[in-house]
Amino acid sequence: MITAERKPIQEIMNLVSPYKNLLLVGCNECVTVCSAGGRKEVALLSSALQVAFMKSGRIVHIQEMTLERQCDPEYIEQLVPHIDSVDAVLSLACGCGVQEIARRFKEKMVFPGVNTKFMGASERPGVWAERCQGCGDCLLGVTGGICPIARCSKRLQNGPCGGSSKGKCEIGPDVDCAWQLIWDRLKALGLQERYETLLPAKNWRNGRGGGPRKIVREDLM
Amino acid sequence: MEDFEPVIVAFCCHYCAYTAADMAGSLRLCYPPNVKIIRVPCSGKVDTIHLMQAIKGGADGVYVAGCLEGDCHFKSGNAKAARRVVYAKRLLNDVGIEPERIEMIMMSAGMGERFAATAEEFTAKIRGMGPNPVKLMRATAIRDPHNVSPAHKESAAV
Repeated sequence: MITAERKPIQEIMNLVSPYKNLLLVGCNECVTVCSAGGRKEVALLSSALQVAFMKSGRIVHIQEMTLERQCDPEYIEQLVPHIDSVDAVLSLACGCGVQEIARRFKEKMVFPGVNTKFMGASERPGVWAERCQGCGDCLLGVTGGICPIARCSKRLQNGPCGGSSKGKCEIGPDVDCAWQLIWDRLKALGLQERYETLLPAKNWRNGRGGGPRKIVREDLM
Repeated sequence: MEDFEPVIVAFCCHYCAYTAADMAGSLRLCYPPNVKIIRVPCSGKVDTIHLMQAIKGGADGVYVAGCLEGDCHFKSGNAKAARRVVYAKRLLNDVGIEPERIEMIMMSAGMGERFAATAEEFTAKIRGMGPNPVKLMRATAIRDPHNVSPAHKESAAV
């Protein structure tokens, strides 16, 4: 999922302070799963903002809505009946959702209520960790299902480096060395010989190095 | 300020604090009528949103009363509630409201005296802190509704 974290309340207040009527929009997908921008977080932020504004002597009216997805135009259309009655939109979706709202409603200011972080997985309740960087050329079949691009601090394709110690990365004792994980996994699978295969230099143009990316499927158009 | 009587919302677990409140009644112990009890099946049922809504709605203080550590009927509901209370306190702090207006309290079903004492202490503490600033703003909005849209008036009147 795409993970996100709510921005500090003060930062959100600074963003929306000129407005009296706000539409606070959550998203039912990734940000719901990572408890950053679902229905519950919308209600919580709405309460917190209203309390904060009332404390400073202002009443701000906040309409709450949570869309099935904010990254699809057909769901954004559900905002049409509400958009005229508000001064600005505060979105708790990832950056994709915020931009979709901005694209659809050109005359309304849209603010992000979360910082979009990374593509990750839930390790345990309340903990999410980065697992994929969308490099556009997946290596997981070679590295035993552990991504050196997302999980090695240096994105080494032929690791580990000298900073690997007792299975941990030199950047912090809580960070696993991805190449130690890869070695352990290959060993468990009896595929140690794969470790000897050198991976050639990666073509980073498949990732962000090639500029903004697009997928075009003519069969679905 | 002197005649300020706080409104306290107490989310009480059915298996401990709510029964302790009953026990306090059976023992003919007095506790302040400021405390409005909401019975919940487990303190773990109480979410941060309930605490924030209570403050937004004008409660001067809110507490969650759950079972003693390790005694939750549902294993870990009280521990979860305690973590949510910490989160709600942080939120209150972020929005400029005293975090002490929300507390987590633990007791067993037999602690009728503790229930009454807690209600007394918490009410005294909130009385000392003064009214929830949100409540004052709501009252102002009702008295002086200029520049307040109908939707605002409605929300202020709730």
